Amino acid sequence: MLFYVLRRTGAALATLAAASVVIFVFIHLIPGDPIYVLLGDEATPEQVEALRTRLGLDRSIVTQYFYWVGNVLQGDLGTSIFFQDPVTLIIRDGAETSILLACVTMVWIVLLGVPVGVLAATRHGTWIDQGLSGIAMLLASIPTFWVGLYLILIFAANLGWLPSSGYPSIFEEGGLSNLRYLLLPSLTLAAPNAALILRLTRASMLDVAKEDYVRTARSKGIRPQRVVIRHILRNALLAVVSAFGFTFAALISEAVVTETVFALPGIGRLVVQSILRRDYPVIQGVILVIVCLYLIINLLVDISYRYLDPRVELE
Amino acid sequence: MTRSLRPFFDLFATRPLAMLGLVYLVVIIVAALGANVLVHYPPEQIEPINRLSPPSWEHWFGTDHFGRDTFSRVIYGSRLALLIGVGVVSFALATGVPIGILSALYPRLGRVLMRMVDVMMAFPSLLMALGLIVILGQSVANAILAIGIVYLTTTARITYGVSLRLREETYVEAANSMGASTFWIIRKHVLPNMISPLLVQASFVFAFAQLGAASLDFLGLGAPPEVPSWGNMLAESRIYITRAPWLLFYPGLMIVLTAFSLNLVGDALRDRMDPRFREMLGNRGR
Amino acid sequence: MLTVRNLVVSGGKGASRVDIVSDVSFEIERRKVLGLVGESGSGKSITSLAVMGLLPHPQLWVRGGSIELDGADITEEPPYLRVERGHGGVSMIFQEPMTSLNPVVPIGDQIVEAVRVHDGSTGITARNRAQELLEMVRIPDARLQLTAYPHELSGGMRQRVMIAIALACRPQVLIADEPTTALDVTVQMQVLSLIRELCDTFDMGVLFITHDLGVVSELADSVSVMYGGKIVENGPVERLFNVPLHPYTSGLMNCVPDPSAGHRRFQTIPGQAPKPGEITKGCRFAPRCRHAQAVCTTDTPAKVVDGPLHSAQCHFPIARGAS
Repeated sequence: MLFYVLRRTGAALATLAAASVVIFVFIHLIPGDPIYVLLGDEATPEQVEALRTRLGLDRSIVTQYFYWVGNVLQGDLGTSIFFQDPVTLIIRDGAETSILLACVTMVWIVLLGVPVGVLAATRHGTWIDQGLSGIAMLLASIPTFWVGLYLILIFAANLGWLPSSGYPSIFEEGGLSNLRYLLLPSLTLAAPNAALILRLTRASMLDVAKEDYVRTARSKGIRPQRVVIRHILRNALLAVVSAFGFTFAALISEAVVTETVFALPGIGRLVVQSILRRDYPVIQGVILVIVCLYLIINLLVDISYRYLDPRVELE
Repeated sequence: MTRSLRPFFDLFATRPLAMLGLVYLVVIIVAALGANVLVHYPPEQIEPINRLSPPSWEHWFGTDHFGRDTFSRVIYGSRLALLIGVGVVSFALATGVPIGILSALYPRLGRVLMRMVDVMMAFPSLLMALGLIVILGQSVANAILAIGIVYLTTTARITYGVSLRLREETYVEAANSMGASTFWIIRKHVLPNMISPLLVQASFVFAFAQLGAASLDFLGLGAPPEVPSWGNMLAESRIYITRAPWLLFYPGLMIVLTAFSLNLVGDALRDRMDPRFREMLGNRGR
Repeated sequence: MLTVRNLVVSGGKGASRVDIVSDVSFEIERRKVLGLVGESGSGKSITSLAVMGLLPHPQLWVRGGSIELDGADITEEPPYLRVERGHGGVSMIFQEPMTSLNPVVPIGDQIVEAVRVHDGSTGITARNRAQELLEMVRIPDARLQLTAYPHELSGGMRQRVMIAIALACRPQVLIADEPTTALDVTVQMQVLSLIRELCDTFDMGVLFITHDLGVVSELADSVSVMYGGKIVENGPVERLFNVPLHPYTSGLMNCVPDPSAGHRRFQTIPGQAPKPGEITKGCRFAPRCRHAQAVCTTDTPAKVVDGPLHSAQCHFPIARGAS
């Protein structure tokens, strides 16, 4: 088990290293000079030169890369050109919103996707199954921001039940009740992903139901509900668990849009704004953190999968 | 494999919803081709007196903040939707399929290429597309390229999986030992068996391209603002949602129906497919 | 004890309906083994699933006939309802021990699950019973093996676990559907003698399904030969082997390799078994039969008997007994 974890961690680190090169090269391919973004067009050549040296942008790209990596390893992601603050601080400010949003969304996905998928599978072939599968496919076909905008119109603008945008920290005034700011965004974000998990749960339940060991379970005389939960669902969830890795990746992409729609002060909106502002250090830092998170989550999913499925060798 | 179209129609006859999807797609293609005949107003025609007017007999879907006819713009938008879909699918297939097949045939090269695909997949798709747009500049062609590169990875993965499976199968091995050339094996054994999985993948990629392009438009980094794409229409009308909610309704509905139809068609095709390959085509590439 | 009368199992609906099993009758008594023999596709596995009450609805269903156990009608009654209604138990072991056990549940738990339903015991009592059952099917280190997962056991051991699960259900009848075909030859014999022995110790009847007449001659007390969804011949094992009436039975026997004959190539029956619904008139074996005449393709053969227990359905039986 330990060997397996080490091997997988090694592979993840290699991917991370490759990804850091890709990020760095990408960022430097972006046309437009951040110095001019910062100083405006009327800056004198001396001012430009001075700032260029101060930010280290006058050195060769390879030197800049290793300089950056060295700093990253010491926990320094650089300084935002726009905010003039350390990137780590800026990311930390957005982290609360994004992490809470992701968690609440994951809860919705699991609470809606899995049970409804089970319902559809156990009613296979009936109109309930067809209806639920159809709705799931429809939800997976709706642009998240469109849903978000109409949810704002209905629940915030017209009914006035929920706030339309923004998110004050739960550590500020209002405390946990501030989570209501995340209700609409999390539902918006959960809809397409819950739909995918629903379809996956349903499909793998139907696959497992054809297995010989399900027939064995029935032949034992145990009740149908127990056959479904203990034998079919237990095995079908293996496929669902392994899907959480890419669900998380999909979540990040859609969080970028959702945070923009609901004006949430999270990392997703930060990255879009930084791209528009050509704020290299922030883009680099945020994407590196996101890739890192993605790899960690995939690693955890892999390890827990090995734990859930005794067939896989734990050498 | 499908030599004639008959099994194709038999399939859709038993799936009424997928049939509706197919019909809708045909309607969209007709609308895109005949846009200039179908509409009463040019999509750019500005009528300042008629700003934000609700749907009426003159303006079926109402007018936007410049007084432009939403119906005309929606119809013209279908051209762009198809262009983006066809472009992304062609790009993803033209690059992903060779990468996948070569990786399966030459395991050493395959290890390197699939590692690279893994690295690319570690980047959330929308962020990657955003990054590419910023580097390449904002245009319709670059939007297609950026989304196409995202789906290159999933297409390469699926092609790799399917061709690896085919390669292992005895008949290809037999052909291999008889000294057949690699090219011959690809053409004779791998490609014909690949048509059906790729058709399914193509319909899903087409659907996700619609959603991806709409997201890019919405963030202001997709098609240039003057282009009447459905995503741009939503982005522009966003601030008028309380005053003129219908402005966002129709373009959004078009995106939903297009993606939904493509997903339905892809799903129906997948269910008919060879079960060996079905598991590789999860509805997962967003 | 178990009586199957004129069982008809059908698939499909309306015009596309076909009978996969037609007019099958047999009886199983305590401490006796009935061999049900036929090629694949003859309907023998479907018959056993029907007896179990485990036909995959709605694709297959019992269209006619009855299945009775100790006088109670258990037709189309799934196992859990048989438990609820206090009807006697029928257990089953399957052809593939590799896929018949849940891969992610320890075997002990899989046995305990059955013990809990049929004994009503829980906790340590149920666990001890599971261990006892594992010992009965001769699994070494039974206590330790309770926590083993199926993939950690060999094929023969898994089939023993399957038997333990079946016994946990306290069955009156055990159905064994080709339980040894997937196993090594040496293991096959062990499992067969285990089944024979348990048949006596548990005072149960066994329905043994196979395509191998050789296995049947070792194990069974009586034999029913199935072809194209029908029973074409049945009788006590010696009688049927010595005086086969139906050409199909005789053909199957020529397929049995005879070690005393050295390397003699054994004959096979030419052609293939009919698909369900392919032949509706006359004798279903006629197209492959060497003795077939015109009447065989038009008229359903009558019953020919050889003594009170041995009979066959054939126009031209090989050894004609007293009619």
